[in-house]
Amino acid sequence: MNPVARTVLQRLGLGLVTLFIVSIIIFSAIAMLPGDFAKATLGQSATPETVAAFQREIGIDRPPVERYFVWVAQMLHGDFGSSFASRTGYRRTVAEIIAPRLYNTMFLAAVTALIAVPLALGLGILAALYRNGWFDRLVNVATLTTISFPEFFVAYMLAYLVISRDTFIGSDFAQTLPHWLTVSLNWALNAVPKFPTLSNVNDQTPFWEHLWKVALPAITLTLVIVAHMMRMTRAAIINMLASPYIDMARLKGMSPMVIVLRHALPNAWAPIVTVVAFNLAYLIVGVVVVEVVFVYPGIGQLMVDAVKSRDVPVVQACALIFAATYILLNLLADIISIATNPRLLHPR
Amino acid sequence: MSESEYKLGIAQSLIGGGKVSRRDFIHLGLAAGLTVAAADRLFVSTARAEPMQGGFAKLGMAHGATTDSIDPAGYPDTFTQTAFSGSLSNSLTEVDAKGNVQPDLAESFETSDGAQTWAFKLRKGATFHNGKTVTADDVVTSLQYHMGKDTKSAAKSLLDSVADIKADGPETVVFTLKSGNADFPYIMSDYHLVIMPAKDGKADWASGVRTGAFVVENFQPGVSAKLKRNPNYFKNGKPYLDEVEFIAITDLAARMAALSTGEVDYIGRADLKTLGMLKRNPKVEIVEVTGYGHYTLPMNVTMAPFDNPDVRMALKWAINRQEIVDKIFLGHATVANDNPIAPAIKFAKDPQPQHSFDPEKAKHYLKKAGMENLKVDLSVADAAFAGAVDAASLIRETAAQCGIDVNVVREAEDAYWDNVWLKKPWCASYWSGRATADWMFTQAFAADSSWNESFWKNPHFNELLVQARAETDEAKRAAMYAEMQQLTHDDGGSIVLVFNNFVSAQSKKLAHGDVAPNWENDGLKMAERWWIATA
Repeated sequence: MNPVARTVLQRLGLGLVTLFIVSIIIFSAIAMLPGDFAKATLGQSATPETVAAFQREIGIDRPPVERYFVWVAQMLHGDFGSSFASRTGYRRTVAEIIAPRLYNTMFLAAVTALIAVPLALGLGILAALYRNGWFDRLVNVATLTTISFPEFFVAYMLAYLVISRDTFIGSDFAQTLPHWLTVSLNWALNAVPKFPTLSNVNDQTPFWEHLWKVALPAITLTLVIVAHMMRMTRAAIINMLASPYIDMARLKGMSPMVIVLRHALPNAWAPIVTVVAFNLAYLIVGVVVVEVVFVYPGIGQLMVDAVKSRDVPVVQACALIFAATYILLNLLADIISIATNPRLLHPR
Repeated sequence: MSESEYKLGIAQSLIGGGKVSRRDFIHLGLAAGLTVAAADRLFVSTARAEPMQGGFAKLGMAHGATTDSIDPAGYPDTFTQTAFSGSLSNSLTEVDAKGNVQPDLAESFETSDGAQTWAFKLRKGATFHNGKTVTADDVVTSLQYHMGKDTKSAAKSLLDSVADIKADGPETVVFTLKSGNADFPYIMSDYHLVIMPAKDGKADWASGVRTGAFVVENFQPGVSAKLKRNPNYFKNGKPYLDEVEFIAITDLAARMAALSTGEVDYIGRADLKTLGMLKRNPKVEIVEVTGYGHYTLPMNVTMAPFDNPDVRMALKWAINRQEIVDKIFLGHATVANDNPIAPAIKFAKDPQPQHSFDPEKAKHYLKKAGMENLKVDLSVADAAFAGAVDAASLIRETAAQCGIDVNVVREAEDAYWDNVWLKKPWCASYWSGRATADWMFTQAFAADSSWNESFWKNPHFNELLVQARAETDEAKRAAMYAEMQQLTHDDGGSIVLVFNNFVSAQSKKLAHGDVAPNWENDGLKMAERWWIATA
């Protein structure tokens, strides 16, 4: 059997086992949360009778072990179950609640990845090429600065920049500055496109408008993730540049660019891909803060919402999707690093 | 009056219909001796004062969750309340800007038999969105939806006093109450009690067919709800807007930013800390209403040391309410006096003396209780109300000067109402307030109420509550309510800290009349009552 295929199957099997263990952890963790859906929904207005009526209807009066197996059995049939927000004669399936949110999250992740990954790789390669020069230092300082700020801070600063477009000229701060500075700052601010600070989209939003509305969240996330990937690219390539075969290439008189792209990069893919996969997973499972700041209806916000209201089926489904995302992306990273590295492909 | 002034007057009356342009009006104004700026101002203020038809308003709501639905058994917060109760539906009655009850889907109501029987006559020609006429049967089934053993409605306890509802012909609904209640029409204005069409003897809420000013076009729970004008609405001329979109913006900073950049025309619950910055924006104005809502610190009077009225009194004198208003609510609240009835409510009376920070009095009552010093736990979280934890810290400081050691216990925000409220001996709580004294007292202070948060069971208070409810003589009622407010002030277990203001912000594009104080967002009916001004 092809060693790549065997590894992939092996990893897939392990992934399934992991997913199963995760499902137990998710279920028991949620069962341990204080409070329940009926009380969370009714809030201050919960009375024992209304709470009991609620619990009967959504079936959380049954024992947890029974509920776990019902849930897993449903899941194996591809049915994520019904949200607790369902009522008699008005079923809201978890799938229909999650689908548009997952699409939105994937959309934002894809847009961000399309900007951030090429940018990070390009910057990393250039930084390795001109290592220790002013370009390298500039890129390092800039990306380290953006990654050092918490993402909500970056998000608010970007939103503030857009708001300042209109309000800067009238502010007290602008009055205290010298006139020429005020004018040039105002000119610079007006060069900023008027990005929407409110990224609320729904299923009827056309594609291009959707793209326009996710501009600020995508820029925020790009600023947050570029440093990690870019520094790993740079480090991996520089690491390779110390190898004897690179010295050989250099002695042959090849240009630095060719050395980096043709000789160093192919051998440096493994660590880079791992970091890229890690950041892509983050784009899907970890962007809740950015979603909240820009009011973007993604899956992170959905999960926080569901935890708050104790809508257990939705929380469980979200957690499973997050786990599956990590497992799949790491699997993908492994496959790519094996496929690009003959030594891993034919282990002795 | 000169001829040009006369013409100006006529022109002014025509602005509202859009029949006079701004330019023409300024010309007339100049002829009448006004400056250009003054004429322009007059044009703008007149244009804003007259309701205009048409337009699309985007309203940013402070709430919204994926579990939201159009089911009136729920409506947990301002998103669903404003969009689905205030805009999509009608109750039998509504509360106006002065706090008085007015007929809404009912045309009139009258009582007989010592306020124990109430007959509501329905408005003629009122129809559901699907064209069906609203009948008494629809009203009966809609209200029964919130009653009975299996209901999951948050309004169940509200209708506990109703013994029987029946239709008397197609246009009259007769309520028989368990005991007299002169304020019953106010209860019918509750946002849960909307009228839905009856289908097979059950209230049909899922179809979204209601009677209101707007019809749902698109609803994504937790994201947004878009509604369009109901052309057959039974109130003449209303609504003014063609379309409204309610957008859930739960993040405070995001809400403020969305209004600043003009992406929404209105936001509920503005950020008090950055309100000053928002005020600088020339396109924005702030609307502030002192509502009925109040923040309380209920003490469980069945537990030591709170079972001693002198201890309660000592604590009431150990709090600097003015400082809390100034430092935590930044002036956007009014000092309260351990009386839950807001000044704007009928029969409200300020009990004397005003409880303020007085270490001498606090120590005096502590001594009277036989104690030199006292140590108590105060359980708080910002889930009770924004600023609860900070307020508790201030209370700890002032109480320390009175020999009272308040240990502030910071509780989890999650499931606060479940684990802390009604469970811990002293905690923080929030009431959005009720439109009448009786309603407020019945829900939060009556001995048998499940929300009697201080477990206070004063026999005289409870006697008065029942008597006042059935009393139809206004003067006698006023005297009874005054006595009850004095009792909660002197003996009650709830420290009523402040009445909070509803602070919202809006683009100057939006215009409206006086804003109702009963709920947020103009009594939840902003979509029906507000309009877009041309200027």
